[in-house]
Amino acid sequence: MTLQEIIQPENKVYGKTPLLTDTPMHYCPGCSHGVVHKLIAEVIEEMGIQDITIGIAPVGCAVFAYNYIDIDWQEAAHGRAPALATAVNRLLPESCVFTYQGDGDLAAIGTAETIHACNRGENIAIFFINNGIYGMTGGQMAPTTIEGMVTSTSPEGRDVMLEGYPLKISNLLTILDGTCYVTRQAVHTPATVVRAKKAIRKAFENTLAKKGTSVVEFVSTCNSGWKMSPHQANQWMAEHMFKAYPLGDLKDQ
Amino acid sequence: MEEVKLMKGNEAIAEAAIRCGCDGYFGYPITPQSEVLETLMVLEPWKKTGMVVLQAESETASINMVYGGAGCGKRVMTSSSSPGISLMQEGLSYIAGAELPCVVVNVTRGGPGLGTIQPSQSDYFQTVKGGGHGDYKLITLAPASVQEMADHLCLAFDLAFKYRNPVMVLSDGLIGQMMEKVQLPDYQPRLTNEQIREKYPWATLGKKGRDKQNVITSLELVSEEMEKVNNRLQQKYREVEANEVRYETFLCDDADYLLVAFGSSARICQKSVELLREEGIKVGLFRPITLYPYPVSQIHEYAKQVKGMLSVEMNAGQMVEDVRLAVNGLVPVEFYGRYGGMIPTPEEIVKALKEKLMA
Repeated sequence: MTLQEIIQPENKVYGKTPLLTDTPMHYCPGCSHGVVHKLIAEVIEEMGIQDITIGIAPVGCAVFAYNYIDIDWQEAAHGRAPALATAVNRLLPESCVFTYQGDGDLAAIGTAETIHACNRGENIAIFFINNGIYGMTGGQMAPTTIEGMVTSTSPEGRDVMLEGYPLKISNLLTILDGTCYVTRQAVHTPATVVRAKKAIRKAFENTLAKKGTSVVEFVSTCNSGWKMSPHQANQWMAEHMFKAYPLGDLKDQ
Repeated sequence: MEEVKLMKGNEAIAEAAIRCGCDGYFGYPITPQSEVLETLMVLEPWKKTGMVVLQAESETASINMVYGGAGCGKRVMTSSSSPGISLMQEGLSYIAGAELPCVVVNVTRGGPGLGTIQPSQSDYFQTVKGGGHGDYKLITLAPASVQEMADHLCLAFDLAFKYRNPVMVLSDGLIGQMMEKVQLPDYQPRLTNEQIREKYPWATLGKKGRDKQNVITSLELVSEEMEKVNNRLQQKYREVEANEVRYETFLCDDADYLLVAFGSSARICQKSVELLREEGIKVGLFRPITLYPYPVSQIHEYAKQVKGMLSVEMNAGQMVEDVRLAVNGLVPVEFYGRYGGMIPTPEEIVKALKEKLMA
């Protein structure tokens, strides 16, 4: 059997969504961003909303998200994505607007924008990558860095008496009346990837149904920042991160 | 039908915004400009034109909402006063970098810091010399009456879209709060999304009907490319400088001395000119209407025929630097100012001119 004979539609078991561009991703091998990007692109394609979806990219590792998913994008200043999304959603109420943000962006510098967009119940989806570290700037302590975790600015491990506690911002967002769906997912195993994709779809469906703000947190790895192999990082996340950030739906209305 | 109404400068901003087809206003309360948001909330333009009005959680959020709206090709604006405008500088730099059109109204108050709620012109440097990071320029209009508050707002939107650049209407608490007769502009319909797609092919309205995605960004990590972006910006600024200088003169043709003043100060200086003329002293008033682009060559030409110029400002001496650059040493350029919310009287200015230029 030749290669050409194998590459036939009836033999196809998996394909890349055309919404993912052919631009090589700059993410480190083992990073969760690539998987989450792919899931978002797949859901947009499956729901047929490519023409009306506008993404707001953050400052952080995902700053170039617009190079990988073939939709209209705006690149925000650090932490301000929910403010941009607010205006886009209000001015284009028939569009489907989402932000894609990391923990430093969403839970430190952009805390006010995050909370107030959620509290207003903006019809947007917020995809939140929580890897407990500032990846792009080289592995500094994030608001979500767990207790004892070593980073370049907490070299002895995060001391909560000195540096405060890991910020469980998704829990905080559940008490706001404007949020309709807050969930915490991961993408380190086939089973979690399937669940995460369902959560992304639900967030987009809520947005189109104008139910309010949906927040999907992805507890993620940053193996480069954590100084681990991809496999070690997945294990470490399951053992340590999930204790501080247990997976599952926090709110679903 | 054009309507004449008696209203505050801040109210004129709100009325003019609705009438010139504004799609969205995002703002945060701060004295002395809160009437802009209040007036909009009373007028409820969303019922009439579909304009969005939203009270944001901060000036930082306001300007970033403006960024988001501008990215969609919408006519969007915010207004604030000095401390709030300081908070917006990050956003303004991004908007200038991403080459988005928007209008920002600054009804200035005295600083630094929390300062005072009384009028001042001490944000001149912040507005025309940068404010935020990077090499960018804000086209800056300086209204001197309530009428001009309305007129400049509409002009600001036109210039913003002509050059895809943020435009600042640099007013102050005096003009914002005082009441005058205004002839309001006619209603201009808001553009539909289809019209925006046609007129502004860069806008992020969703990819519908396009093969290529649209991306609004100010990011370019490759230095060689970022230099090209800056070259494009600089080229645009040269074009603005060549085409958009606006100014007004009052009794300048036979003048021996010129007062140079913008906004509220120019209103006061007009009276000073009259007082000096009554004494037989030939004084004129040169009023820059655009602070960027600055009327450099026009002031330089007057420097060839006068004995000196006095820059009169409600600050500690900011625009005077640009007057000196324009005059380039041809004649003495002096400064008179009051600050911290104090307003000079016409008589003080008369005295200052005599002491500083005629002694």
